[in-house]
Amino acid sequence: MPYVPIEWLREHVEVPEGTTAEGLASDLVRVGLEEEAIDRSAAVTGPLVVGRVLEVTPEPQKNGKTINWCRVDVGPEHNEHDEATGRGSRGIVCGAHNFGVGDSVVVALPGAVLPGDFAIAARKTYGHVSDGMICSQSELGLGEDHSGIIVLDDPPAPGTDAIALLGLGEEVLEINVTPDRGYCFSMRGVAREYAHSTGAPFTDRALELGARVPVPTDSGFAVEISDDAPIRGNAGADRFVARIVRGVDATAASPAWLSKRLRQAGMRPISLAVDVTNYVMLDLGQPLHAYDLGTLHAPIVVRRAKPGERMTTLDDVDRSLDVEDLLITDSPEGNLGSRPIGIAGVMGGLDTEVGEQTTDILIEAAHFDPISIARTARRHKLPSEASKRFERGVDNRLQAVAAQRVVDLLVELGGGTADESAVTDVDRTSAPSAIGFDPQQASRLVGVRYSNQEVVETLRSLGATVEEPAEENGESTGRHAASTGRVLVIPPSWRPDLTEPADLVEEVVRLRGYDAVPSVLPAAPAGRGLTVRQLRRRRVADLLADSGLVQVLTYPFIPEGRHDQLGLPAEDPRRQAIRLVNPLAQDAPFLRTSLLHTLLEAAVRNVGRGMTDVAIYEIGSVTRPAGPLGSSPLPPPAALPDPVTLEQIRAAVPPQPLRLAAVLVGAASAAGPGAEARAYDAADAVALVRDVARAVGADIRVGNDPQHAPWHPGRCARISTADGVLVGHAGELAPRVVTELGLPARAVALEIDLDVLLAAAPETPRQVAGLSTAPAAKEDIALVVPVDVPAGDVLDLVTEAAGALAEEVRLFDVYTGANLPEGTRSLAFALRLRGERTLTGEDTAAVRDAVVTAAAARFGATLRG
Amino acid sequence: MSDSHDHAGAPVPSPLDADGVAAALEAALAAVGGAADLDDLKQVRIAHTGERSPLALANRAIGGLAAADKATAGKLVGQARGRLNGAIAARQSQLEAQRDAAVLLTEAVDLTAPVQRSRAGARHPLDTLMDRIADFFTSMGWEIAEGPEVEHEWFNFDALNFKPDHPARQMQDTFYVQGDGSDEDADSAHLVLRTHTSPVQARTLLERGVPVYIACPGKVFRTDELDATHTPVFHQVEGLAVDKGLTMAHLTGTLDHFARAMFGPEAKTRLRPSYFPFTEPSAEMDLWFPQKKGGPGWIEWGGCGMVNPNVLRACGIDPEIYTGFAFGMGIERTLMLQHGIEDMHDMVEADARFSLGLAGGQI
Repeated sequence: MPYVPIEWLREHVEVPEGTTAEGLASDLVRVGLEEEAIDRSAAVTGPLVVGRVLEVTPEPQKNGKTINWCRVDVGPEHNEHDEATGRGSRGIVCGAHNFGVGDSVVVALPGAVLPGDFAIAARKTYGHVSDGMICSQSELGLGEDHSGIIVLDDPPAPGTDAIALLGLGEEVLEINVTPDRGYCFSMRGVAREYAHSTGAPFTDRALELGARVPVPTDSGFAVEISDDAPIRGNAGADRFVARIVRGVDATAASPAWLSKRLRQAGMRPISLAVDVTNYVMLDLGQPLHAYDLGTLHAPIVVRRAKPGERMTTLDDVDRSLDVEDLLITDSPEGNLGSRPIGIAGVMGGLDTEVGEQTTDILIEAAHFDPISIARTARRHKLPSEASKRFERGVDNRLQAVAAQRVVDLLVELGGGTADESAVTDVDRTSAPSAIGFDPQQASRLVGVRYSNQEVVETLRSLGATVEEPAEENGESTGRHAASTGRVLVIPPSWRPDLTEPADLVEEVVRLRGYDAVPSVLPAAPAGRGLTVRQLRRRRVADLLADSGLVQVLTYPFIPEGRHDQLGLPAEDPRRQAIRLVNPLAQDAPFLRTSLLHTLLEAAVRNVGRGMTDVAIYEIGSVTRPAGPLGSSPLPPPAALPDPVTLEQIRAAVPPQPLRLAAVLVGAASAAGPGAEARAYDAADAVALVRDVARAVGADIRVGNDPQHAPWHPGRCARISTADGVLVGHAGELAPRVVTELGLPARAVALEIDLDVLLAAAPETPRQVAGLSTAPAAKEDIALVVPVDVPAGDVLDLVTEAAGALAEEVRLFDVYTGANLPEGTRSLAFALRLRGERTLTGEDTAAVRDAVVTAAAARFGATLRG
Repeated sequence: MSDSHDHAGAPVPSPLDADGVAAALEAALAAVGGAADLDDLKQVRIAHTGERSPLALANRAIGGLAAADKATAGKLVGQARGRLNGAIAARQSQLEAQRDAAVLLTEAVDLTAPVQRSRAGARHPLDTLMDRIADFFTSMGWEIAEGPEVEHEWFNFDALNFKPDHPARQMQDTFYVQGDGSDEDADSAHLVLRTHTSPVQARTLLERGVPVYIACPGKVFRTDELDATHTPVFHQVEGLAVDKGLTMAHLTGTLDHFARAMFGPEAKTRLRPSYFPFTEPSAEMDLWFPQKKGGPGWIEWGGCGMVNPNVLRACGIDPEIYTGFAFGMGIERTLMLQHGIEDMHDMVEADARFSLGLAGGQI
């Protein structure tokens, strides 16, 4: 994001002396430009001064190197006075050879601290006392070049402070610009905002320059804009300014002030022509490109790429172009638009680059469609300084002005001559649309009473043109004008983001101050509180915590191999996982289809951290695509899609059931004084599910499931609703899974679908009969059944057969052994019976008979004698 | 002890002999008082109230007296026996109480030794905080809305006025779902992991219409690597109110109230101009945090603004009639502020110690 050197900003707006980067940040944040960072990396403390080299004595060394023993004039304040010559200087040893007597260099004197906390002191070396250091770019943090020391062009007097000269040690504020404020990617834009914030006088340099722009000529370099495939109806380019400067010394180095500003803005100086275009872009916000005119063949054609077309960009990369890419092309050998010379608004081409041989330069300043540039920059992964600006919107009045500034600088710094006869300006831009606006809308939306005049003044200060309605035949009374106070607002050319009345309201409240908005609590209509579903979900979470489990949250990302770790069969629907295009970890690109996919990993982590007894649970959603994802529509913003489209959008979102899972490892209760430890077992998992179901009021059935990974085939319960809909599973994990994951043996787990469970729980209040106070009758019934009949099934049957009189039915004993036929076991049930009146012996016998008869019919059960 | 039990040798008074009866009573009372335990008292009872005890014998002798004397003798002996029985009953309960107390002493156990009867469990503090936030909003009459985590791009972006190819769409680093290749476009499924809870705004407006006052706490996703202050999976709470006549002042009022509910009566909020596609005007919200380390100060808490008319239009609501405000803030950040948590890792690594450590400590 943009850097804002204060001294540069001052060219556009009056920033008071002594303003710090921090102070600037607090002024800018008030108008919405947030501080990203303050760059203090270049911090240098003196003395660092300009020195003139008086003597250079090469001294070959034994190691083969030759050092230079120099006398350097570092100014009267710092020189040692030399009685012999009557001139002052200092003796400094230097290993570089790219300078000579009379050159001006940068000298760090003892006491200076250079970037990287590099303290300079006088030291003995190569037989001399070196009283300072002659600095290279890299030593001052100015760049990577450490091949030679800095030789100053156009140097000031020896002893001049080089810190200020080179812009070293200046704190530079880096700001964060929101995507709607493209114009703040320039000093001009930030300065305008600074003026809004502080009221400081602002000078629009573009206006000054505009006055100097020559009228376009017919003899300018021919440019054609020929977009036969506009994106969403927007032409790729609607303005193209071309200017020519002849006789430029392309080898001339950029002056220090220019290099310094580029570096402060985070850019690297390259060559004069490139530096100038970059500088003007940073200053005014218009991306520019310089071509070697000698390599160009008129006309320039701006067009879309052809299928299979390629070009080599400035970074020496051969790129395959997309038919949507907007290109700048020229016309060698009369072949119109046959050669790509740049990807418009993104990066120039290698063929037409300005080089050392260049003498004549063509400057391009164009205005491109933000969407086209954004798509191309992303397609080629080329987020350049130019594309960053174009995709946020560039002022379409700026092109000729910015080109003029480049021309001026190339004339001034490169010794060129502006070709006033070759001024091209293909301009198809349209004026910004006027926004009809009721100034009172600001008050209505913000809750602060602004007068119409305040609103209009604020919008004008922004640069907008505000047309107030003409007085109707001069008869309009004040009353009438107040009621039809609508105005027409034409936003300034640099604010393409202002298209709606609400945008204007934001500008009013922003410039009038967000802090003026009062604090008023609105009274919402009476609500209904949490829904039954929300309350029950919370009840489940609380119940498990109260049952001694710890709730955790896990990331939903899983590796493909997790399905194998859990032993899921090849056709298991849980293997149908959604894959992410850009996962954070390449080895975990899928979304979980089961909570245990990630919760087991969490259990492993807890065990790995030394917790021997782990009981954790998670409530969260899993993603279960019902089939292939298919395609779905993506209608544009700002309009209600038709019902069919809306339904397709909704239907494209895969089911994401809410699940509950728990993993129990180790001791359910620890050993202690007078208490034995008890390990968690499969029954704990099932009991928890029963507790949860009871807590939410859902009726469930529990059966054995001999085949459901990752559970133990002999110790897995299948939980279903009374209607037989699968709710989930609970039990002991399969030993192979436990070993694979590295969990302690006999780990226990459950996972249930809370959506299914909660749907099975009635939301209407349960209806009950009055409580009978007649005495209870107790009846125990032991049934002998084949061992493979599940006890749960028998319990369900007994409960059902015992009928309305059975208040409670409990399985209290399971017996296998002597006195029972081979292959059978005895299940003993305790029944508590109660009626409206005292039950007789016949009543209880009837219940017993009903139970035994039903059990005999269903399971071949007999009453145990 | 045996002396007092030896009734055989004790003189039997005449039922008319007041002194004799009194002496027998005194002897009996002395024996009762001297009974050291319940067994003793049982023997005393036999000796002094049994059939062959002096008072019983005296009572029996009344039958042989002249009719004129019977009343006098009956009263004399009856009173003596009554007093004796009363004394025995009193001593009986006294001795029983002593015995019970002695038994309880032998049953004493050291209850300072902790015995674990049930395991300690805990809710996750983020989930608990979301419950509390939900309670705060329902207390104002708002309702709690929910939406899917794998969300359609239209709801996550377009319905919220994120224009295609606009840089704002890149503001939030989005996880995209891989299409299944049924279309040439790899992203044909147009599904993302929701980058904010804001799509619930659009869903709610479409489903419930207006006026609406809802909050939506939920999980969101951004492609940020886990570090001390970032996590790719985190939680937000979104607030949305759309009604006639709502203004930015109402937004500020709601935020201030929420800040006080979360951080105490001194908390307040401040708005700074910002940009979100789905609000206009938009603001960053700073919280005046009284408990800030190193002294009270402003910290960033979330984003907010007035609902962009384009969002209302996308949901079929006329922005000329209705206005609204929306805001969102991170739940992790809120929890970190409340508890002085400095590293995000502890919250997201599913380490049971984190939940247990804050159990019960949340208000």
